[in-house]
Amino acid sequence: MADATLQHDAVGHGTPGEFEAPLFGAYSKKVGMWLFLASDSLTFGALLVAFCYVRSYTDWPTPFHVQSIINSTIMTGCLLSSSLTMVMGVFAAQRGDRAWTRNWLFATMAFGTAFIVLHGMEWTKLIGEGLTLPIFPKPATPAVGEMADISKNTPQFAATFFGLTAMHMLHVTVGVMYLGVIAFRKWFLPVIGVLWLVGYLLIPSDNVFHYGIHVLLIGLIVASVILSLKSKDYDAQDVEVAGLYWHFVDLVWMFIFPLVYLLSTKIVG
Amino acid sequence: MHDAATEEYSGHDSKAQYFWVWGALLVLTAIEVVLGYKQIFEPVRMLEVLLILSIIKSALIIGYFMHLKFERAIMRWMLVFSVSACFVIMYFFFFPDAGRVLRLGVH
Repeated sequence: MADATLQHDAVGHGTPGEFEAPLFGAYSKKVGMWLFLASDSLTFGALLVAFCYVRSYTDWPTPFHVQSIINSTIMTGCLLSSSLTMVMGVFAAQRGDRAWTRNWLFATMAFGTAFIVLHGMEWTKLIGEGLTLPIFPKPATPAVGEMADISKNTPQFAATFFGLTAMHMLHVTVGVMYLGVIAFRKWFLPVIGVLWLVGYLLIPSDNVFHYGIHVLLIGLIVASVILSLKSKDYDAQDVEVAGLYWHFVDLVWMFIFPLVYLLSTKIVG
Repeated sequence: MHDAATEEYSGHDSKAQYFWVWGALLVLTAIEVVLGYKQIFEPVRMLEVLLILSIIKSALIIGYFMHLKFERAIMRWMLVFSVSACFVIMYFFFFPDAGRVLRLGVH
């Protein structure tokens, strides 16, 4: 790739992106994404270290029953499978197969959306059982039980759990929108708009996602600006760079899943 | 770009290896779940084992899915070194403060 790019740089300036000076043997968009991912890894690294530190000095609860573990394992499978479909999408883009590029990117988005939906259901279930934060909407009747006790006695648990997983869920949501823009360009904008509106109207106002769904509105505005500035057909480089971001989201979950879920399983037997 | 990319992927990639990597990641995840849920090790040892498995999984993702294994050596080392250095610098600030909190006590 690198050598071939260098050859192209030397002989032709016909396609946007190919005239860019190679840095570290890769085109500049790829280097830029790697640098962004390096900085983002520090964000998650700080959060995960803080999480490990907090849980090390408190009597950390282990509330996740088998249902939560099964749910989070399926979510992990979704993300791992989405990485495979993303790789297939990059393959298709690089052999110039536009139809299969769209198909594979759509499959990746479907896995990502499944992850978000499953995670949203998990959040809703835990909040319903009483694991909550002061900033979340208050339920009509306060929950009682194990999760409510944890929120009261060890508020760090809910703070770190929701903080880490919300940060990751935000990245997955941005990733799905990113892939949608790459795959479908302006045709994806009304989809985001409809999802935002339907979600806002259908999700009850005492559910945290009634407000969280506004991420889609922000994404819609940002995507509209980007597409109005650069409405070209995205090429194989763009698909590969989007793939780097998507794999990073998968990578981060490989640490969140064992640290947050598996180390907090309900001890049985 | 199209020709360049085709050249690259025919050189050292095959779709089969990505399916193997995906399978390996699923198997490692299954091992993690069994270890985590059955509480086979005591907590500190469990943390070590799960972190080692996570690092193996992340290496597979970075190396194959993110294609870093096939980038130039200077690119690989630049990324690994810079991220590692940033983590070390960050922890220089984090651990002294974390230790201070422990010494003062938490109530």
